[in-house]
Amino acid sequence: MTSPTTQFAPSSRLGLYEPMHQMSMWEEDTFDGNISPHAAAVCIINDADDKADYTSDKSAEDSRPSRAISDKIQRRLAQNREAARKSRQRKKVYVQQLETSRLKLAQLELELERARQQGMLIAGATAHMGLCGSVSSGIAIFEVEYSHWLDQQERKITELKNVLQTPLGDPELNVMVETVLSHYCRLFHMKRDAARADAFYLVSGMWKTPVERFFLWIGGFKPSELINVVMPQLQPLTEEQTANINNLKHLCMQAEDALSQGMEKLQQTLAQSVTLPGPGIRNYCSPTAFALENLESLEGFINQGDHLRQQTLKHMAHILTTRQAANGLVAFGEYFQRLRALSSLWSARSPGEPA
Amino acid sequence: MQYHQSESRMYYSSSSVAESLERVVRLASGSAVVIFSVSTCCMCHAVKRLFCGMGVNPTVYELDQDPSGQEIERALSHLLGGGSAVPVVFIGGKLVGAMDRVMASHIGGTLVPLLKEAGALWL
Repeated sequence: MTSPTTQFAPSSRLGLYEPMHQMSMWEEDTFDGNISPHAAAVCIINDADDKADYTSDKSAEDSRPSRAISDKIQRRLAQNREAARKSRQRKKVYVQQLETSRLKLAQLELELERARQQGMLIAGATAHMGLCGSVSSGIAIFEVEYSHWLDQQERKITELKNVLQTPLGDPELNVMVETVLSHYCRLFHMKRDAARADAFYLVSGMWKTPVERFFLWIGGFKPSELINVVMPQLQPLTEEQTANINNLKHLCMQAEDALSQGMEKLQQTLAQSVTLPGPGIRNYCSPTAFALENLESLEGFINQGDHLRQQTLKHMAHILTTRQAANGLVAFGEYFQRLRALSSLWSARSPGEPA
Repeated sequence: MQYHQSESRMYYSSSSVAESLERVVRLASGSAVVIFSVSTCCMCHAVKRLFCGMGVNPTVYELDQDPSGQEIERALSHLLGGGSAVPVVFIGGKLVGAMDRVMASHIGGTLVPLLKEAGALWL
């Protein structure tokens, strides 16, 4: 529909700029951007009925009926066009805003997931603080340090992995292997300090992701598990190496059994000391003191567990060549990365979705 | 496992650490594998299970059930340079150490040869 009044301008001839806004709102409801002469005529008739809303009929053009009607129609068409244009514009802006919000949401969800990983440590600490009612600074320090340790670990493993692609000489590779091993030692040292602050925190794996916790053995990984995970990545192995590794695994499992049985005994003793009635418990004046003393030995078990882990790592490295040891450490590091990633995926699952 | 009393009536009790240590050495030489333990200590239980799991028959002295147990504990603590006095393991009369050393020796593969040498393990 082409007409001279297509361009809507705040012209005094029309004198309708201000009220036109009111008009266009009204028009929008009635016409939804579509304009037809018939509708325009209807509009004029309706408009006559709603004289209260229409404040712009002061124009002198009203005195000339036929031309006024034509003018009115033109005006109405222009108004409709303008309303439609504005409506389209508003819709465009709205859609743009929606798209931006969608992107932002996706970004936030990603950040949330990442923060949740870190945040689980904080949540753990908060829960811990809530339960015991006092801030354990030793644990708070451990959580911060562990977070850093994880970052450093990822970097070291990636570095080692990259170096393995190059024909780097054994001496240099050995230095890198030693670096990763001492990084593990650093973790065990941190855990020793944390165990002194709160052994229960460590033994319940509050600082680890859910999937890692599923595999928890006395506050950490099971040494014989390390051997199982890593062995396929070490092929080819010589017969001697295979025999040595199997022997190491056997010794590990014996040690693990012994410690596990010690832990069981601790549970039994603790249960008895809590349920056994009143006085008469051998050397101890109160069952509570007895129970507390037993709880203290939990720290000892965690230390023994970590000690076993350290020894296993050390001896595996001895049995293997430098390159094999490097491959083994990469495999082990990536294994835990995948467990942690699995935990993230698990947490991100929306409820009701098929697994 | 064999449980022994330290036959304290044969020796007059003395607060001297050196004398207690002598007693310890004497007891340790009495069997191939000797464990000084406390009956309620769970780490001691773990070390006992380790040896039994390997088919070894250690001689165990429960210091909380021994009249001179406290002195022996003191002497052992002194021997280990502080820390928990039990469990302590002697093989072939020679000191192996506390749980740490026993575990390290086991994983390192030196425990089994030691046991065989002392006649505590065959095969």
